[in-house]
Amino acid sequence: MFDARPQHNDQHREYLHHRVAQFRQQVQRRLDGSLTEEEFRPLRLKNGVYLQLHAYMLRVAIPYGTLNPDQMRMLAHVADTWDRGYGHFTTRTNIQYHWPKLVDIPDALEALASVGIHSIQTSGNTIRNINADAFAGAAADEIEDPRPWAELLRRWSTDHAEFQFLPRKFKISVSAGKQDRSAVSAYDIGLRIVEQDGERGFQVWIGGGLGRTPILGQVVREFLPQADLLPYIEAILSTYNLTGRRDNKWKARIKITVMERGLDAMRADIEEEFVRRRAEFSGFDQEILAGLRAEFAAPEFRDAPTEAYEAARAANPGFRSWTDTNLHEHRIPGYASATVTLKAPGVTPGDATSAQMRLIADLAERFGHGDIRINHDQNIVLPHLRKADLPEIYAALREAGLATANAGKISDIISCPGMDYCTLATARSIPIAKDIAAHFRARGLEDDIGEMKIRISGCINACGHHHLGHIGILGLDRAGVENYQITLGGDGYEIPTLGQRAGAGFPADEVVPAIDRVMDAYLELREGPDERFIDTYRRLGVAPFKAALYPANA
Amino acid sequence: MSKGFTPSPATPGVITANDLRMGHCVWMRDDSWTADPSQAELYEDQAIAELALLNAISQAGTVVGPYLVEARRGADGRPEPTHFREEFRRTGPTNYTDDQQAEFEASHV
Ligand code: SF4
Repeated sequence: MFDARPQHNDQHREYLHHRVAQFRQQVQRRLDGSLTEEEFRPLRLKNGVYLQLHAYMLRVAIPYGTLNPDQMRMLAHVADTWDRGYGHFTTRTNIQYHWPKLVDIPDALEALASVGIHSIQTSGNTIRNINADAFAGAAADEIEDPRPWAELLRRWSTDHAEFQFLPRKFKISVSAGKQDRSAVSAYDIGLRIVEQDGERGFQVWIGGGLGRTPILGQVVREFLPQADLLPYIEAILSTYNLTGRRDNKWKARIKITVMERGLDAMRADIEEEFVRRRAEFSGFDQEILAGLRAEFAAPEFRDAPTEAYEAARAANPGFRSWTDTNLHEHRIPGYASATVTLKAPGVTPGDATSAQMRLIADLAERFGHGDIRINHDQNIVLPHLRKADLPEIYAALREAGLATANAGKISDIISCPGMDYCTLATARSIPIAKDIAAHFRARGLEDDIGEMKIRISGCINACGHHHLGHIGILGLDRAGVENYQITLGGDGYEIPTLGQRAGAGFPADEVVPAIDRVMDAYLELREGPDERFIDTYRRLGVAPFKAALYPANA
Repeated sequence: MSKGFTPSPATPGVITANDLRMGHCVWMRDDSWTADPSQAELYEDQAIAELALLNAISQAGTVVGPYLVEARRGADGRPEPTHFREEFRRTGPTNYTDDQQAEFEASHV
């Protein structure tokens, strides 16, 4: 059977069980006093275990956002058995459990290992979870399925001895569509599969990252032949490993190395190292890749008539609205990819209950070739659905509170956990997201506003990617009171742009009215319903929206 | 937050940490720890607070990351947080109501 995640062979499973046994001993040694907290902390972090405000947090990687139904069911089982019945999906396609007890975590990891998933390298100064387009293997505009490449990178980077102590954490994303859906400019390395003169290769970006110094990546290599991927990536990592700063945590990411040394100097070192590295590669990686391509072969799509689908659209306005908003074009006629947003009114963005996870697993198994994706927007994607099955799928989703027709709309907000959970937070982000979503739903403006990306972070670490939001919101602590700074005009995909800070921050209860004024200004200023907020912003610049935000200054 | 904070009768403080085994928030009282913040010891004297903090740090087999943080004496004489971060540590996340939480737990299969 087609398996969305062909990676739990015996060897991989044995390795994971070995790692869990090791961690179990480390926990025991911490509890019996043989390890101090200072000694234990880096060990627990290497296994994805953080200590947050109210509890430990376990971060589990979902490589390139891909899960099969058994894995999704296991995520639900962990939520039920060792947590509080839900999990939080993040922009880097990890799942975070907010309530595990330290003493239980080895058991939870053991259970996850039985389906081939783990927490290794979800923290620490290593190569983190590899991200890819959530519509991989399905999108109509795709040049090539990026998952074999993402899996190759995952295997290569897991426990790679040379890159376990990088100056800082390191994130890689692979995009394969004509349109970038993986925000490659916001990663330490972003890879875009491209074609040139009939040959496939990668456009390689480096030095992107948000956080307290947001910087967009730059293209370091316009065209890299596909077979050279691993030696070239190694050359980048090794150059960074040697020249990245280790004296100051805030200047240690590769974006600062590129900024301080200049792209040309970095490129010269990378290219020189690349020549050496390439000579060391025997072609073994290409053999593995060939195997992976076979394992990721597309499922067998069936002939898929769409009459029933069209009839249901005509008969059911709710279904029509959901299909208008939440479907993405599939490369096979009669099929579609559906985004199941975790953004129903009143819920915490990115949270799913164990019952919802199980439903998704069942639907994927019954209708979706057993394939489930988590996307950058903290939503779930079922990539391969026959349109004829969508009415039944929609009805089941609706029952579970998962059929909100808002993908890409103003209530489809990315929000980090903020001060409701995170120990680094300076303010809450979830309640702001909920208030904005509820407000625009109540005003009935969501469809009229159309595409709108709001991103919220609870501190300058920018896990909510607020710099890339059409509207970005950053929560700060101003003299002991939560205060929110607004940025405008950011975009992570089409024309990578960092949002521009609009002016003074707003107290929590003034954020919704402020966004409301910006939306009213947009609706007033746009040239027609087809002109999206970001288009109006690009046409007119920040001034009219600033005036809307700060009417007293206008 | 605790950095540079000196307790005094006008600005008293409490010592708080997370439980090592379970992770939940705890507050110091006498020589031990309570999960009930209203039971926390309120320190008004710098020297006593610093000694208590040293004692807390020495209990690394029980708690993680103890720190001294400002609190106020509430109307009933019990300590109350002065900063919203400590308020959330006391009350838990604000994004789920108790009812919603009970519902998740009840729906476990
Ligand atoms: S942005 Fe800040 S508050 Fe939000 S999750 Fe990241 S570190 Fe925590």
